[in-house]
Amino acid sequence: MSPVAPKIVAFCCEQSGVLALDMAKSSNAKLPDNLELVPVPCSGRIETLYLLRALESGADGVVVFACYEENCRYLQGNIRLKSRVGYAKQLLAKIGLEPERLEIFPLATNSGVKCAEFLMRKSDQLGALGPNLGKTAKE
Amino acid sequence: MIKAEQKPFEEILEYLAPYDKILLSGCGACVTVCHAGGEKDAALLASALRMARQKMGKPLEILESTPARQCEPEFAEELSETIGQVQAVLSVSCGVGVQTLARRYTATQIYPGVNTTFLGETVAHGVWEERCQACGNCILEKTAGVCPIARCAKQLLNGPCGGSANGKCEIKRETDCAWQLIYDRSKSLGQLHRLTEIIPAKQWGTQSRDSGPRRIAREDLKV
Repeated sequence: MSPVAPKIVAFCCEQSGVLALDMAKSSNAKLPDNLELVPVPCSGRIETLYLLRALESGADGVVVFACYEENCRYLQGNIRLKSRVGYAKQLLAKIGLEPERLEIFPLATNSGVKCAEFLMRKSDQLGALGPNLGKTAKE
Repeated sequence: MIKAEQKPFEEILEYLAPYDKILLSGCGACVTVCHAGGEKDAALLASALRMARQKMGKPLEILESTPARQCEPEFAEELSETIGQVQAVLSVSCGVGVQTLARRYTATQIYPGVNTTFLGETVAHGVWEERCQACGNCILEKTAGVCPIARCAKQLLNGPCGGSANGKCEIKRETDCAWQLIYDRSKSLGQLHRLTEIIPAKQWGTQSRDSGPRRIAREDLKV
């Protein structure tokens, strides 16, 4: 029986990430198994709590697809996100979890191939780290 | 408002080591404003604690509840049914809220999840500074709205010390000299003459906390 692929929750900004992933799918780029996509109107909508709750609820890793800095439609949404991800990583370290389980990937709408490649690398990285021992949700 | 900071995570984990089911009680007032113990902050702390304990192989069930104000008996009463279901309470309200719960729920250990630090103002997003020491005798009308008790490191009442330089305090160079602020603001109000009035020495023994915990009783409000 093949091992279960790491669960990745990807928060996707609707201004960039969602469209990039659509492009990845339509060009038949390989995406990891066990991927859950969560669209958000702007990456600035993502609160620190959502990042931790995603891990608590069963994700082995959380990624955020956000617009490049200076490209945010709402001006500073991705800047706010960056601070929150930084804080969440500090919390992960205190919990005893690897900060690499959480990552921002800045991209544009036409970054379908890069986005898919990043997700495959992330899946491999999370596979090497092993399952998230902090998750409380049962599989 | 009252300002507080969450206690170190390791310290909180140590408090909770003996338990496997607790209530994490936030407060919808002061600690919400300074992001130490509001509903969201409590939820974030609860998530982190659950993950840490899961990783340790000692799962911790955490019920969450955030009354509007933890320092009022009526709001503390709202927690009675929930507290009956848990082994201990972690309160991320200020010290007043913790003590209000402790007075009401004498059979349940109430742990403080924050360090209550000062009475302060929001000066920028995410930045709070001390403004009031609750000294019991406000003289802000004499000092153009700048408190020398809270903001002068030496709590001087009649002008700066000799160490004030370039508008900064000699004790903490990054801090504005309170008396420089008082002077500047008095000047902008056209009230420099007020600074020639001598403010008498403070009666710490009768007006402030120095002679024990204080009490206000309003007979007209008693039921």
